[in-house]
Parts: sequence; C-alpha cells; structure tokens
Amino acid sequence: MESVVARSIIALSGMAAVFGAVLAIASRVFAVHRDPRVEQVLDLLPGANCGACGYPGCSGFAEALVKGTVPEGVICPPGGAETMAKIAEVLGVDAAKVIPKVAVVHCSGGVSNSVQRLRYDGIEDCRAAMLVGGSPKACIFGCLGLGTCKAVCPFGAVEIDDDGVVHIDTKACTGCGKCVEACPVNIIELAPRDMYVHVKCSSHDKGKKAKSVCEVACIGCRLCVKKCPHDAIHMEDDLAVIDYTKCTNCGICAAVCPTKAIRDSARARPKALIGSKCEGIGKCKEVCPTKAIEGEPGERHEVNRDKCIGCGLCVDACPTKAISVVGALGRQREPV
Amino acid sequence: MDLGQLLAIIIGAIFVSNFVLARFLGLCPFVGVSKDSDSALGMGMAVIFVMTMASIVTWIVYTYVLVPLEITYLRTIAFILVIATLVQFVEMVIEKTSPALHKSLGIYLPLITTNCAVLGVAVLNIDTFIATGLPRATSFIFTVVHGLSAGIGFTLALVLMAAIRERLQLGSVPKSMRGIPITFIIAGLMAIAFSGFAGLKIG
Repeated sequence: MESVVARSIIALSGMAAVFGAVLAIASRVFAVHRDPRVEQVLDLLPGANCGACGYPGCSGFAEALVKGTVPEGVICPPGGAETMAKIAEVLGVDAAKVIPKVAVVHCSGGVSNSVQRLRYDGIEDCRAAMLVGGSPKACIFGCLGLGTCKAVCPFGAVEIDDDGVVHIDTKACTGCGKCVEACPVNIIELAPRDMYVHVKCSSHDKGKKAKSVCEVACIGCRLCVKKCPHDAIHMEDDLAVIDYTKCTNCGICAAVCPTKAIRDSARARPKALIGSKCEGIGKCKEVCPTKAIEGEPGERHEVNRDKCIGCGLCVDACPTKAISVVGALGRQREPV
Repeated sequence: MDLGQLLAIIIGAIFVSNFVLARFLGLCPFVGVSKDSDSALGMGMAVIFVMTMASIVTWIVYTYVLVPLEITYLRTIAFILVIATLVQFVEMVIEKTSPALHKSLGIYLPLITTNCAVLGVAVLNIDTFIATGLPRATSFIFTVVHGLSAGIGFTLALVLMAAIRERLQLGSVPKSMRGIPITFIIAGLMAIAFSGFAGLKIG
C-alpha cells in the first residue's frame, strides 16, 4: 500500500516537474517579441472591434499604427480626434485633423405619415425585404424601418420608434459608419457632429408624387434654397441637399419648409451680441433675416434674443466689427 | 486490425456517438462559440487538433508511465496535467512559428485546455482500446483515429449549430425564447436527429 502511495506521489510529481520544465524552457525558446507600444495604443483605442478603420479589429489597427503602415486620413472613427491625438503622442507623430461625425438618417417617414404599399411579412431585415419586394412604403427612396441599421450598430445608438422611424442617439453614435454601409436604400449619411439642421428626406420624386406618398417629403419647392442666407442648400434632382461646409445651423430652412422635411434639432441656438464698437450704422438690420436687431440710427443697436437665430449674417455685415455670435460654448463667430 | 474496424470507429465517433449530441460532452463551447460560423469553424479546428494530440500523448503516458507503475487509477488527474501542458506548449509553438495560424486558432486554444470533451476522448480511448487488451500498435492507431474523428464530430455539431443560429438571427423568435433558451431547444432537436444514427451497424 505504501509503495502505491509513494509511486503515485513520485510519478505525478515527476510528471509535473517535467511538464513545468518543458513549459518554462518553451516560454524562453518560443518567446515572441512584442512592441510594448502596441499594447499602449490598444489601451487607448475604444476596443469595440467595429472595423470602421478598415483593419481587423482594434488590435489589427494598433499593430498597423505602430508599424506606421496606416495611410494618411485613416482614423479610428469611434475614438475620434481625441483618441488619435493621444495615440499620436504615444507614437511621437502628428495626428491628422479629424472632424467628428455622426450618423444622420435622411428619412422621417413612419407608418402614420406615409403611404404603405404592401405589408411585408418576411425576415426582419431591410436587405432581405429589398430582395423580395422592395420597400413596403410607397416611397421607393424611404426608410424600410426593419432595423438592419439597429442590428449592425455596435454601440446601440439606433432606435426605431413605434411608428417605424429611425432615430440616432447622437451621444451614443460614434460615426463608425456601419449603418451607412448596411442600409440598402442609402439614406444614412455621416454628417459633422456639430450640424443640427438636416434634410430628413431622400425622395427624388417630383413634388406632387412625393407629397402623395409621404406627408414629410421634400416636395422640391425651393423655399429653403431661396431663404438660405449662406447659399448652403441646393436642389439635387428634386431634393434639397445641405452643404455642411457652408451651413451655419441657422435653421431658417427648417422654419420655412412647408412639409417639415428639414428638421432643426438644435437645443439652444447661439445669439448675436452687439458690442460697444457699434456706431448705429444699421447694416445689420438690413441683413437680419428675422428682424431681430432693433435700434435707432446712430445709437448702439440691440439684439432681440427671442428672434435671433444666430445665423451670423450681421457679423459679416457690420462695418465696425462690433458683432459676434455667442453660444453655449462661448464665442462661436467673431468678426474677421 | 482491418479497415472495417477503422471505418466503424470513424463513423461511430462522428455520427453514432457524436461527442456533443450523443455523449453530451463539451456542451460549454457548443453553446458559447456557436454564434457565428467563422468562429465555430476556428474553434472546431482547434478542437480537432487538440483532441488528436491529446489522444497521442495520453496514450503514451498511460502505456509507458501509468501502466508500468500500476497507478492507472490516477489517469484522470494525470491526463488533465498532460492536456493542460500540451495545449500551453502548442500555443507557444504556434505563436512563434505561425502568427497567421495563431490568429485564427490561437484564441480558442486556451478555451479547450480543460474541456471535458478532450478529457473524455482520452479516457474513452483507454477504456475501449487499451483496457480491452488490443495489441499495442493497433490500439495506438485506433486511439489516433478515434481522437481525430471525435474532433471532426465535435466540429460538425458546432458548425451545424452555428449555421442554424445564424439563420435564426433573422427569424422572428418569441421574445422569451431568444438567445440561450432557443439554443437549448435546437440542441435537443439536433440530438434527437443524431440519435437516428444509433441504429447504424458497421463492421
């Protein structure tokens, strides 16, 4: 009996010792040299492995960054400029300038405000629906509302309300662009994050037809194009399209749009502020689209904060450079 | 030893007594890594590799260490030791020699270190091929073939499951059944389907 116990102990200990030694030697012999910066960069990346950068996951991107094989302009969209700046610090290079983006769905037609052409009863996926009968909506350009974008969003930023309208949670959205790729009708776009006024329609139908199938369609009336003080809206094939490089979020287009196809989601607008340099020339009064500036010629003018929409036209018009636009984040527009 | 016996072992391990669906071993990765077919295939390949290697190494340890010392009652603990070491060692070797293979297979290797299916195949080999008194060479070949086909059987079940679950993603499953509950039901139905192979007689 004793010998069995002794044999067991010796045999198992012997095996354990041998295996331990083998592993110890192997860990030396087969040690793989890893650049410690890869780990550092990986820690800075969001870790969502969304693949929006075009590399296989965050570790793939981190390796490529450290190797320096990432082409200029390729960034981590969820991490944004902040993350890229931190990584650049670790790697000792200059970070590329990036504009943070957010997904915008160019359609607000739901079950209640648009005409349904058929009742789709198949697989709950927009791409699958497109393969069989196209959109259940009478508008062929509109959102199908089956939630493919919601399914692919790695950040849970896409919500679909009871009416079938897609809403993007701009706080959760990182602008990775997965939904843009997945949408079979191409109505999702990545827009600059600081833009609040969007055309929520993608219909290229002529006005009458567009209106007949959807209450919130762009009918191509051109009111927004005419009213835009910054030449930022143009008609492209019977659809108003905002040029985000020119738009100042003034929201005039949203106010004049008869079908509410243009939506203004700004919570608080910046306001114009007239400083002490004002000589009462009155140029600002002439350009103000909302008649928000009051005051007698020769005296310092005042801005009616209720009427002002912060478009900034007066800033450029003022000859004495007395006006600036002040928002929640401080001075947003200064006279040049 | 003849080819009929080998065929019986292969068919037996893959279909008749499939490790997952008939012996109910390795259910944890079967449910955990069957969400998409790519990772299911990666996991399956890792299991095939580890099962075959584990079969060989445990056969050697059993025949040349445990039997001569008459401590075969320690086989379970000895096998766990052997398998854990083997998997660690193999992972190191793969990471050094083939980074591409390590990327596709490496992340699944630690998952199967102490998998019951791997231990199960080692123990079954001993029970069916060594304890029955087969000649050494024959039992060794049978062991290797059994380990390999057990791995293939596991992979088959895993990939089938992943394919079904992928399709199910698009289906309208009742809310209370989504996720793990429906997976268990699928697993049960698959096991019933595989029990149809039980009537198969080969060799």
